[in-house]
Amino acid sequence: MEINEKIKNLLNENDICLFMKGTPDAPQCGFSMAVSNVLKHLNVSFKGINVLEDENLRQGIKKFSDWPTIPQLYVKKEFIGGCDIIKEMFEKGELKKLFEEKKII
Amino acid sequence: MPLPVDEIKKLIKDAIPDASIEIKDLMGDNNHYAAIIKSSKFNNLSKIEQHKLVYKSLKGKMGNELHALSITTEGK
Repeated sequence: MEINEKIKNLLNENDICLFMKGTPDAPQCGFSMAVSNVLKHLNVSFKGINVLEDENLRQGIKKFSDWPTIPQLYVKKEFIGGCDIIKEMFEKGELKKLFEEKKII
Repeated sequence: MPLPVDEIKKLIKDAIPDASIEIKDLMGDNNHYAAIIKSSKFNNLSKIEQHKLVYKSLKGKMGNELHALSITTEGK
């Protein structure tokens, strides 16, 4: 399970991982852009991982999280959700709270 | 292959019989939808688990035939 190892390494090395289409500076999908913008707005540094560059990773992360869509946000190795959940958490102030609880901000 | 609204509703209803479902075709193209789904099955589940229930009801179509379905879930 080489791809799972790769995913685990990414999660171990980065407090906030966003598996996305495109990059934070050049997102290639509206949903990925929305989550990336939320993170920028909250002023947290995060690792954007472009799944379009690696088909193995694109399929692998869906299995790993048991979640069928991209983007996917992980904070300190915990899967937080996809675009809808992140947007909702952001609007309710819950995302900021989560970052505070996890001592990111 | 786009998925019509009625078919999405039916798939969700089959898996979550007490669901009340509202679906908007955002662009009129049978491909970009927003759904609001309320069910007692969501009570006491985390958001992730709630969304997973909906994804499961769509039997692997999410991310394939169904490109964009934005989901809002609520207990009832």
